[in-house]
Amino acid sequence: MDAPLVADYLRMRGVSRRGFLKFCASTASLMALPPMMIPQIARALETARRPSVIWLPFQECTGCTESITRAHGSTIEQLIFEAISLDYQHTLMAAAGEQSDDALHEAMKLNHGKYLLAVDGSIPLGNPGYSTISGISNIDMLQEAAAGAMAIVAIGSCAAFGGIPKANPNPTGAVSVADIIKDKPIVNISGCPPIPIVITGVLAQILTFGLAGLELDHLGRPKVFYGQSIHDRCYRRPFYERGQFAESFDDEGAKKGWCLYKLGCKGPTTYNACATVKWNNGTSFPIEAGHGCIGCAEPDFWDKGGFYNALSATEWGTPADVAIAGGAGIALGAVAGALARKHQNDAKATPETKP
Amino acid sequence: MNTATFLDLVRGPLFYWALMIMIAGILWRLSGLIYFRIKSRAAKPKCDDPVVAGLRTVALRSVPPHELVKNITFLLLTCYAWHIGWFATFLFFGAHLPLFKSVLGFVWPALPNSVVLVLAAMTLGILITLWIRRFYNPVLRLISNFDDHLSVFLVIAPLITGIAAFGHWSPFGMRYEGILAVHILSVELLMIWMPFGKIFHVVTSLIVRFRTGAAFSRRGVRA
Repeated sequence: MDAPLVADYLRMRGVSRRGFLKFCASTASLMALPPMMIPQIARALETARRPSVIWLPFQECTGCTESITRAHGSTIEQLIFEAISLDYQHTLMAAAGEQSDDALHEAMKLNHGKYLLAVDGSIPLGNPGYSTISGISNIDMLQEAAAGAMAIVAIGSCAAFGGIPKANPNPTGAVSVADIIKDKPIVNISGCPPIPIVITGVLAQILTFGLAGLELDHLGRPKVFYGQSIHDRCYRRPFYERGQFAESFDDEGAKKGWCLYKLGCKGPTTYNACATVKWNNGTSFPIEAGHGCIGCAEPDFWDKGGFYNALSATEWGTPADVAIAGGAGIALGAVAGALARKHQNDAKATPETKP
Repeated sequence: MNTATFLDLVRGPLFYWALMIMIAGILWRLSGLIYFRIKSRAAKPKCDDPVVAGLRTVALRSVPPHELVKNITFLLLTCYAWHIGWFATFLFFGAHLPLFKSVLGFVWPALPNSVVLVLAAMTLGILITLWIRRFYNPVLRLISNFDDHLSVFLVIAPLITGIAAFGHWSPFGMRYEGILAVHILSVELLMIWMPFGKIFHVVTSLIVRFRTGAAFSRRGVRA
């Protein structure tokens, strides 16, 4: 039997027509679409079947799941989760053990070629025993699930880029989903964790317009959320323009809300929607709470030379390195000087050059 | 390589090597000069104090000689202006200070961005004008070689890329990290070239003026 239409499902759950249209308007706004697209979203959602979503958590900390489930009240996040059929997510599902494995395989079999595969966590290529589910290695499970997926959504920086497990020295040989799966469309929703509304916004986009309308950046992230840097949209940006920087976390500048660039803020090189949609139902984001951005939505953010080092600071080695370079320079100069003296002596000794 | 890894490269290994090459190069050139044979002076100096004479030459060569006041004062003022503007931008722009703190361990107050931007724009304008003049003035064109042009280019490049980075401009669709990386790279190229080109006058000009003044004074000549 075909899955019920999204609109029918929402109606069954007591969502009014008005509420549904409000959801469509919010979705259009979230994706920066013009208001004229609202009816199109509504029509697409009304006629869409509830898509099956299989969510595989690999080497992860459950932060991404926490992020999506920590939304409060009647939010778009909840609505969108009503609109999909989350058939497998072993952290959230009631079933365990063989029952959950059966649910996974049944969903894969019933929706072969049509389900959306969500992955959070990186995949270890070292010892397969580093991370397993029901005794199956992450890579085997990913390859099996990806084979029948319509598309893959890599949720969180671990799935998108390898994340913290991949941080130097990468003890498990962690890689991203895109490092393994090459024959399926992959949408990366990076962040540690990603913003809940970004996860659901991307799912809503895929649900309403499919993958065709999703413009991705060079890292495979939807441009609608990852098109601008946090610095570009930061409310502290005017302080940067004026050169007003907090020098420490408790100085006058910090108290006045000045720019955190000198305290290591990675906002200028981090592309995410934190400064616009914010966190905790739009309450604030890290910079608003007084801490610089750590750049968690970017690849290898853990290995960028320290969260508290300013972007303009560099790695210059140690005083010993400088001493060696200086010593080498002096030695070269001494050799050059000695050669010059020898040349002068030779010239003096040559009769035709004598005065 | 994407722009983010390019930035990592220029902030890390490339800066390290540029700094090491600059330090080694400066000391190489300086120690080479120190080891250079200097003729022993048997004659009694024809002045009271060569040190005073040397210092006087340093001061005198910092202002136009009175015979040429009309001809070169404006040029000299523009040169002072861009030197001051360049070093003020380099040393007192707020976003540069973390670099000095990371290398030196201490830092000084920054100038307001509004001041630094005006200085940087003025410096850039003067430098470009002087460079164009170098091409159009027949004498300057004749005496300018590759070293001159490369040195001027390497002095200008950090200004252009720095202003672009500050303004978050996106030449060729480049993201901020890309233009920041290009800016840091332009500084590194300047650091590498500094000991080996004419920009080395940053280190030697005052020393050479002093020595010339002292040496000439021994022979009773005012330099």
